[in-house]
Amino acid sequence: MNSSREVTAVHKQPSVPGTREPATASGDSIPVVPLKHPVRLVLAAVLILVTLSAAWDVAVNERYRWDVVASYLFAPQILAGAGLTLMLTVVSMTVGIALGTLLAIMRLSDNPILSTISRAYIWFFRGTPLLVQLIFWYNIAALYPVIAFGLPFGGPSVVLGSANVLISPLGAALLGLSLNEAAYMAEIIRGGIRSVDKGQYDAARALGMSGGKLMNRVILPQAMRVVLPPTGNQVISMLKGTSLVSVLAISDLLYSAQIIYADNYQTIPLLIVASLWYLLMTTVLSFFQNKLERRYGRGFDSAPRRIRQPKTRTA
Amino acid sequence: MTTAMVEARGVRKNFGVIEILKGIDLRVEKGSVTCLIGPSGSGKTTFLRCINHLEKVDAGRLYVNEHLVGYAERNGKLYEMKERQTARSRLNAGMVFQRFNLFPHMTVLENIIEAPVHVLGRSRHEVIVEAQALLDRVGLGNRGHSYPQELSGGQQQRIAIARALAMKPKLMLFDEPTSALDPELVGEVLDVMKSLAEAGMTMVVVTHELGFARQVADQVVFMDGGVVVESGPPEDVLDNPQQERTKAFLSKVL
Repeated sequence: MNSSREVTAVHKQPSVPGTREPATASGDSIPVVPLKHPVRLVLAAVLILVTLSAAWDVAVNERYRWDVVASYLFAPQILAGAGLTLMLTVVSMTVGIALGTLLAIMRLSDNPILSTISRAYIWFFRGTPLLVQLIFWYNIAALYPVIAFGLPFGGPSVVLGSANVLISPLGAALLGLSLNEAAYMAEIIRGGIRSVDKGQYDAARALGMSGGKLMNRVILPQAMRVVLPPTGNQVISMLKGTSLVSVLAISDLLYSAQIIYADNYQTIPLLIVASLWYLLMTTVLSFFQNKLERRYGRGFDSAPRRIRQPKTRTA
Repeated sequence: MTTAMVEARGVRKNFGVIEILKGIDLRVEKGSVTCLIGPSGSGKTTFLRCINHLEKVDAGRLYVNEHLVGYAERNGKLYEMKERQTARSRLNAGMVFQRFNLFPHMTVLENIIEAPVHVLGRSRHEVIVEAQALLDRVGLGNRGHSYPQELSGGQQQRIAIARALAMKPKLMLFDEPTSALDPELVGEVLDVMKSLAEAGMTMVVVTHELGFARQVADQVVFMDGGVVVESGPPEDVLDNPQQERTKAFLSKVL
């Protein structure tokens, strides 16, 4: 093992004699014998063996009914359910993030009315179960049979229509998920905003920025770095949390699978089908999260983006 | 009213019950360099931030370029300015901070063109040409595409100066610009500031670099306990101080 010698060969630079010999003492390259880890090797071998045998067991166990899994994996009902789950996730997260940003900025505002409203919103929507909120929106017509737009205290108003028509089960699901998500996102975004150094506000103000420009151009892009990892968590838990909407008889991915196995009693194979789709969607979303994190980590990551020219020092 | 770039009359500032500035009177002539010196906690930095309205003045009058800072005077009353108006009035002065405060998520070039493009609404193309000239001026013409964290403290501070200059300010404020730097990096920043002074820029500098003050300043102001103790040309204040407090401070620093 004379890796150090190879490094010297690759690292050909117009070197000043006696400077920057990589990692070796006094110019001679001494062979380095790395520490050996015999126990680690044995453990790895055992683990691989166990994993393979477990995988083989699962594969050959006929009671898993892999043939059923395969036949339902691309069933139109399942695909439609997966599409609906994805749609619910994307729409609720988008609305949740937008509203959450607004709530976070309100909460940090000097205006006591705005910050109190935001605080109360977060208190209420985080403090009650999502399931209850979903059922509440679903039954909103019981409280308000007619939705109208008008002046307060019984003033003139324009009737927009029956609540049952305007707020469909899907509408109730989107409303419930989005409003609930906004409360959580508000706290995540508030943390991100507060993590930005106070000096950044001074610098931006001194350059004549204020209000929205200061937020959008200087503070929020820096907050993103702190906001993204927990937001990734939220997206993934939302993806799976959408299965709650099955109580509103919306055929999302899990509910579609349940409908099928209620009919043919193939419970496990259909749950496997649903899980595979959840896994696939989570994987794709994590990939985008990584990309975004890299995008907003620019200028912060300690690793240099390119190899820097070594400084040559004359002795 | 006045021909001074900055004129302070009885400026006061409290943080809660603590009085930081107890009535500052000061004139900074156009094209001159003023150095504020004094022990920490004497109010130098607070006063500098008041000039740019990063701190609100509680009493007294502070004029920058003949305009009252942060207030509009109508019918014998002072009306507090809206944030947007204040932001516009800040464009008179460029500011350089002790801890640089470059925008870490932008490259050096983006840092410099940010405000000219997004605050002044100038054409990006035109501003980039000017920014490149400014980078050359501070000796960092080849670092436009680096991120601030890839640069040394001295380089970052020179970029911060270039960023402030890109707004074409009438006045430059420096808040201990070399205090966060390693000793060997102080010189490069002071050199840029000297050349700026030679080019006729009006400057107010809070500093502990008495050598710089002696060489460059037209006026040295010694502050202690929220008041101006002594001010005048550097040869008077630094070499022949009249006040005991000034003497005591200088004997500790030199």
